[in-house]
Amino acid sequence: MTRLLVLWCPQWPVVAAGMAAGLTVDAPAVVVAANRVVSANAQARREGVRPGLRRREAQGRCPDIAVLPADPDRDARLFEPVAAAVEELAVGVEVVAPGVVAVPARGPSGYFGSEESAAERVIDQVAIRTGAESQVGVADGLFAATLAAHRGLVIPAGESAQFLAPLDIRELTDRPDLVDLLRRLGIQTLGAFAALSHNDVTSRFGADAGYAHRLASGLEQRPPSRRRPPVDLSVTHTPDPPIDRVDAAAFIARTLGDQLHTLLAAHGLACTRLAIHASTANGEDLIRLWRCADPLTPSGISDRVRWQLDGWLRGSDRPSAGITLLRLEPEETVDGHALQLGLWQGGNDEQASRASRAMVHVQGLLGQEGVFTPTINGGRGPNDQVSLTPWGDEQTPSSDPDLPWPGRLPAPSPATIPAQRVPATVIDRDGGEVGVTGRFTLTAPPDEVAVAGNTRRVIAWAGPWPADERWWEEDGGRRRARLQVLLAERSEVDNQDALLLVRENEKWTVEGVYD
Amino acid sequence: MSAHSSPQPFRVEPGALAGPRVLPVHRDLSGLFPWGGLRRGGTISVQGSSGLLFALLSEASSQGSWTAVVGMPNLGVLAASEAGMAVQRVALIPQPGAEIAAVVAALLDGFDLVAVAANRIGEQLARKLSARARNRGAVLIAVGPWPGAELELTVARGRWSGLGTGHGHLTDHRVEVRARGRGAAARPRRAAFTLRGETPLTPPVFEHMFDTNTAATRRNP
Repeated sequence: MTRLLVLWCPQWPVVAAGMAAGLTVDAPAVVVAANRVVSANAQARREGVRPGLRRREAQGRCPDIAVLPADPDRDARLFEPVAAAVEELAVGVEVVAPGVVAVPARGPSGYFGSEESAAERVIDQVAIRTGAESQVGVADGLFAATLAAHRGLVIPAGESAQFLAPLDIRELTDRPDLVDLLRRLGIQTLGAFAALSHNDVTSRFGADAGYAHRLASGLEQRPPSRRRPPVDLSVTHTPDPPIDRVDAAAFIARTLGDQLHTLLAAHGLACTRLAIHASTANGEDLIRLWRCADPLTPSGISDRVRWQLDGWLRGSDRPSAGITLLRLEPEETVDGHALQLGLWQGGNDEQASRASRAMVHVQGLLGQEGVFTPTINGGRGPNDQVSLTPWGDEQTPSSDPDLPWPGRLPAPSPATIPAQRVPATVIDRDGGEVGVTGRFTLTAPPDEVAVAGNTRRVIAWAGPWPADERWWEEDGGRRRARLQVLLAERSEVDNQDALLLVRENEKWTVEGVYD
Repeated sequence: MSAHSSPQPFRVEPGALAGPRVLPVHRDLSGLFPWGGLRRGGTISVQGSSGLLFALLSEASSQGSWTAVVGMPNLGVLAASEAGMAVQRVALIPQPGAEIAAVVAALLDGFDLVAVAANRIGEQLARKLSARARNRGAVLIAVGPWPGAELELTVARGRWSGLGTGHGHLTDHRVEVRARGRGAAARPRRAAFTLRGETPLTPPVFEHMFDTNTAATRRNP
């Protein structure tokens, strides 16, 4: 436990306020916040003014008192020279609050011979440099040392608990509620509080009371943390010259994969989520997260790095300059022996692992964006209800399919959904185009539908199903109406065509084909 | 001794090869197949209906088989899910590009069912891929005409019901499926089915609810 020397300037707010206001040191003064006295100097105290009094009452007791406003910034600013004066004698100064400064006692007490002489030197130094009055206390731990400073005491090492035991419980000034409660329970001193079992205090009054109990027992507020600092497991590579070709990327991917795997293996870890960062010479940053069911092997890592660079360097939004920095960060690691099982329903069975190997193989041929697995989402249109995720990425449905989606078409859904929308023309009996009104009704019953120059008669239809989505967003809103039409067969053996048409921006397109 | 025996006609009783050799199809569709289901290593061509493709795949898919669909960016995944396919065991390769042969070959190694858009594959390549499927024990389903397919399923007389003039919605899709093929499947068959969204096919017409004899015989052995 650190032995601390605490220098305390009594009633610092009023001292600072007096300095700022240019008052003489013997003029009575108080600092007032919210109409209550927070700090009073010695002259004011002599007149019976105490912190906590109302302003008017203080003025009543001492008519020529100077009432000064509270300003923590001013207090802190004016305390700076005091901290600087202490720093001339001791290193490692820490300003605890305006008016309280703590330094490790070991240095100055060794240098000046004893803790007492160090305390004297510090008080003199502060008085000479700033003219401020101060007291010094030395004890184990900040709480005990501060209380010692209030009393101008040097508490011998290891006796903080004995020093604190007879003190009033109200010395725990930060926790008025707890103090009030403890006093009502009959606990008047820090020693009585410290005599309670720590576990009981924590379980009954909460973690914060537990910290207060540690203070009252003369310990540091928090138990020493035994956390091991996290090891930096990332692997960084700065290619020179910058990578702008895929074959160079593949070469580097191999090296990095081996490097990262060796590093992880040295720590007994394996990676299940890998972040690949790349920066280009023009300052573009590319980040991609890969999640894998099985811990990554060296070749798994290098494959992913290669696909990633491949995708970036060949893709439509390729960076404007070569890649100058490449970093692999294992975002999620498991113990080298632990295998994460049960990602798929029915367990990590043999069929799934065979399929997974085949998909990784195909990704090697086509890139990561070549193989998708679908997820069913909530939504209205047949397209909105499906999202495709590249294999290996995390699958998260963007919306819940079980929520009500008014305007969603009933099953069955169209079995073919053209990737490119095909324009269609819907004509009524008089040859005019059928439209949809603002209230989602058809302007006329459809009679004929022409798709790609092929006109067929409508024998049945239903709709429109309205989809007025995201109207509350500035530019995200879409208003669409969907229409099912059944087109007449051309011969006895021919199939009837059933289409799902959608009208958006005054145009009909084929959204789906029921085949 | 067997040199002079006349070649045995290739006859397999339905169900004789059931088990791992045949992947299940819906029992109403099983009559279309001489083997009672999708024979591993076989190539089947489906033409004219994506709904029929889903109906074929759904039973095996829901029982744990993995399915890959290559070169079909227009696939209605939601309809597939409604038809009973387990979409979490489906892999989509919508744009295989020039690597389509290598992609299909790789998928045949790992998947039970591989559906391929046939229009981009030449005859020679098609035969190679069929051979690969036979070798690996996967089922290759060509969507479109495929040279050397064991069984070709086409859809005709598709009729929809449920839709009125301004009311209702599409519910039932009645189709006539025509099957013709080679070998055991050489005899053309045709059958009418109702492909639907929620339950894939018509329930069988006959279903034995209980056997009148059992209760009595069990009580008095």
